This record gives sequence, C-alpha cells and structure tokens, in this order.
Amino acid sequence: MFNFTIEKPKKPAASDVVYDFVALGGGPAGLNGALYARRKGLSTAVVAHELGGQLRNTHAVENYLGFETIDASELIDRYVAHVRSLEIPIFTQSRVIAVEKEDDLFVLRLEDGGRIRSRTLLAALGGSPRRLDVPGELRLASKGVSYCATCDAPFFKGMHVVVAGGGNSAVEAAMDLAKWASRVTIVHRSRFRADQTILDRLKDVKNVSVMLETQILSIEGTDRVESIRIRNKADGIESSIPADGIFIEIGTIPNSALFSSLVKLNDRGEIVVDGQQRTDCEGLYAAGDITEQPFRQIVIAAAEGAKAALAASAHLNMKGTR
Amino acid sequence: MPKLIPQDVADQIKSILADMKDPITLLYFSDGKCQTCVETGQLLEDIAVLNPKINLVVKDSVADADEAKKYDVRRIPGFVVLDKDGHDRGVKFSGIPAGHEINSFLAAIMELSGATPALDADVLARIRKIDKPVDIKVFVTLSCPHCPGAVQTAHLLAMHNPLVKAEMIEAQTFQEMSRVYKVSGVPKIVVNDKEELLGDQPIESFLNLIERL
Repeated sequence: MFNFTIEKPKKPAASDVVYDFVALGGGPAGLNGALYARRKGLSTAVVAHELGGQLRNTHAVENYLGFETIDASELIDRYVAHVRSLEIPIFTQSRVIAVEKEDDLFVLRLEDGGRIRSRTLLAALGGSPRRLDVPGELRLASKGVSYCATCDAPFFKGMHVVVAGGGNSAVEAAMDLAKWASRVTIVHRSRFRADQTILDRLKDVKNVSVMLETQILSIEGTDRVESIRIRNKADGIESSIPADGIFIEIGTIPNSALFSSLVKLNDRGEIVVDGQQRTDCEGLYAAGDITEQPFRQIVIAAAEGAKAALAASAHLNMKGTR
Repeated sequence: MPKLIPQDVADQIKSILADMKDPITLLYFSDGKCQTCVETGQLLEDIAVLNPKINLVVKDSVADADEAKKYDVRRIPGFVVLDKDGHDRGVKFSGIPAGHEINSFLAAIMELSGATPALDADVLARIRKIDKPVDIKVFVTLSCPHCPGAVQTAHLLAMHNPLVKAEMIEAQTFQEMSRVYKVSGVPKIVVNDKEELLGDQPIESFLNLIERL
C-alpha cells in the first residue's frame, strides 16, 4: 500500500567539501556505482531527484539473477537500503540544473542554489520515454496518449487500449493494462523483441491481441484518442483501430542534455564510452541507458555502474589525489 | 481499524520525522463513511503518533461545514496542513495520500515544519512576485511514481506565497471530477482551471506558466 522512497532531508555538503565520486542518477547504474565506489574507500554521494530510475515504471522484475520474481519497488528499496548501509549520502531534495567542470573538479549546480563538488562523476540519468513521432501524439498527450502504464491504467477501466511496441516493457505494460481494460491490442512495426518467457505468459492473457509487422501512422481524435491509424506492412493496406487510449512503450531517449557540453554524444544523443565506462572528459564516467550500449537491462546498468566506479577508483589512485 | 502502515515503514518514517523543527497541524475533514474516509483517517493517525510535533485534528465535514469552508476543503476525505502558528499555507490533500503519494505527504509535513533546505534565491524571488490568485490542482494516482514530485512542487509554491493554493487530488476517489477535467494521464496539473502542465515538471515550468497567466 505504500511506496515509500522519501529520504531524510540532507543539506548538500558545504561547498568546500569535495567528494571523490558522485553518482548523478538514482537507478541501478547510479546506486551500484555508489556502492562500489564507497567500498573502494572513495568519499561518495548520490544525487537523484527520484530513486529507482526506470524501475519505477514497472511492476515486477523477473530477469534479475537471484530473484525469480521481485516487485520493482521492493528491488528499489533493497538497493537504497544497501547504499544507505554504507552511510552514503543520497541527495533527493533538489534537481541538478547544470554540470560544470572547474579545473579538475566537477560542480553540480542544484535548483535550490546548492553546489556539490566531486573529483569524478558518474552520469547515470537513464532515459525518458521515446515518442512515436506520429501526427496526433503530442496533441492528445494525456488525453488518451500515455507513456506510463503503471500510472494511468486505472483511467482505462473497461475500455480498449493499444500498446505500441514489441519489447519486454510493451508486453508487460499490455499484461498490466489487461487487468483494467476490456481489451488490449499490441501493435508493433516488426517482430517481438520481448523475452520468450514473457511471451509465453502473454498467451494466457485472454483479452490481449497482437498485430505485428504493423506501423502506426497517426493517432486520431478530437478531444481525446478515438482511433489509431495503422498500415499492415505485408500488404500495405491502411485501416483504423477504434481505441480509447494508446500506451507508447518503444524504448527511451537518453537524458544526456546536462552533459552535452562536456562529453561526446553520438547521433542519438547517447554518451559515448569505452570499455571502462570512461567518456572523453577525464574523470567523467557514464553508465546505463544514458550510454550507447544497446541492451536496456537492469543488470547491465548495474554492472556498468560498478565498472565506472572501479575505473574512477583506479583513476584517482593513479593521480594520487586520495 | 487496524494500522495501515507496517511497522518497518513506520520506523523509517519516524526517523525522517525526527528532523521536524516546528510543530504542524493536520486538519482533517471527513464524514466517517465516504469512500476512503476511514482509511485516510487511519493513515493520518498512524503518521501523527510517530512524532509529537504532529497535531491531528479531525473535523466532521457536515457539523463543521463552516470550518471546511474557511479552509476551502470542498472534497472529503480532505485535509490541510497548517504551520506552527496554525496558519493555512495553501497545502491541501483530497483523497488518501497512500501508495507513492505518501512521499508528497511526508514532504509537506517536513517542509512546513521547517526541516528542508531553502529554495534558490532567484526561484524564491519569482514565487514571491506572484501577485494574483493561483489555484493549482494536481491529479494523481497512487500507483504513479512521478506524481509526488509534481505535488511537492505545487505545495512548495503555495507555502511561499499566500496567493497560491495547491491541492493533491487522488483521481480514483474523485472520478467524476477527473472526468470533468478530462484526466486520463497523471500527474496532470491544472492551474486556475484553464492552463495545464503534464508530468513531474521542474519548478521553473510552473513559474513560467503562472507568469503567463
């Protein structure tokens, strides 16, 4: 009944305090990075407006080693408790509005006027939902167009909704929505990318139907979503599906804007890293969905956070700054 | 009714509330039988016993209708959070702040008790410059992880300018109102019943919209 994530209010450290390692982001990459950094003896902090990252948008996790299935909020709680157990400060009170490099230090400027300084920095801000970029999508946002099934499913009780996408997130969203909606239709432009175990479970959900190799052309409606215009890629035939809503689950775009003047981004806006999560800015590392690695998985983000922390520790040792 | 908050969560909340500076009052209006009235009352009781600086006052929405009107509590279950001097600072909750919304509820308590860092001076100056009445409604669902941030920002604006009022509205409890406001995605922020923001927006986005009113 309670998804309790608030932190004890902490004032950012005085501006003369310099951390060895700051993880910017509260998802698996940031929290695991902080854990590994602290265990290496680095003075460490986490700065995150929200804890849990994109785990917050899901219900159950079934592909994290050691847990056959675990509620996403419980996994977040366990992450945070583990980080807390090492007395790592977690600053959630204020958003970061700018990241700057002054001489050899990274400076995070906070919305509340505070500053956090660090010798090394982990960029782990993850991603935000990717848009379909079809006519009607922006105009009908929050009028039937949604990017968060866990948030908005209750508004579609007894209705017909479409889910756009074919990965794990899309199929899981469809199964969540099927508990509320009378009917759910998954529409995807190619073949499923979701895990076979999830697809096997989908077969047992009676009120979900699937349209693969089908492109969404537009979202139609006056004051709210009324239908989805589609094209069957095999025969090119266009048609409309009457629908009360559409949930868009087609991946993420990286939250890299804060770093754009510091590091190299690829043409998709993802931070370019090497095998040790290093960016082309000395002392700045990146991990998880903000980077160019293609597999958006919790375990991969967490592992990359660990790699970044270990690389940062080695970097500081080599520089002799700790 | 048995306690709603499990002991382990209560222990964590107690540790956060330990940093409260000033006392606050939860002024709760209920008729004791409306949808989620009993649960909301229980939740407030569960929280109030965790720190003596939280004063819970329960009012009957019918018998104390004049007081409900004074605090502009139009929906039950509903409550306002008053500061140490008993002043209404424009912080209102309509519906139960459970699920993810427990976080905005605790944030409101902590902020009104003076336990959180100050706002950036520029942001504070912009809030204080607001010179017309601003009514902010934030529609939420209890399963929405992004909603508490939007509620917290709206409440912060209200705390720092007496012309701003901010209300969390739990959309499932107030379904008819949600229909009227065409809510099908949350958080949905409605300002002065005409302008809208979607999502957990930074305080600058709120201010930009308010300054355009």
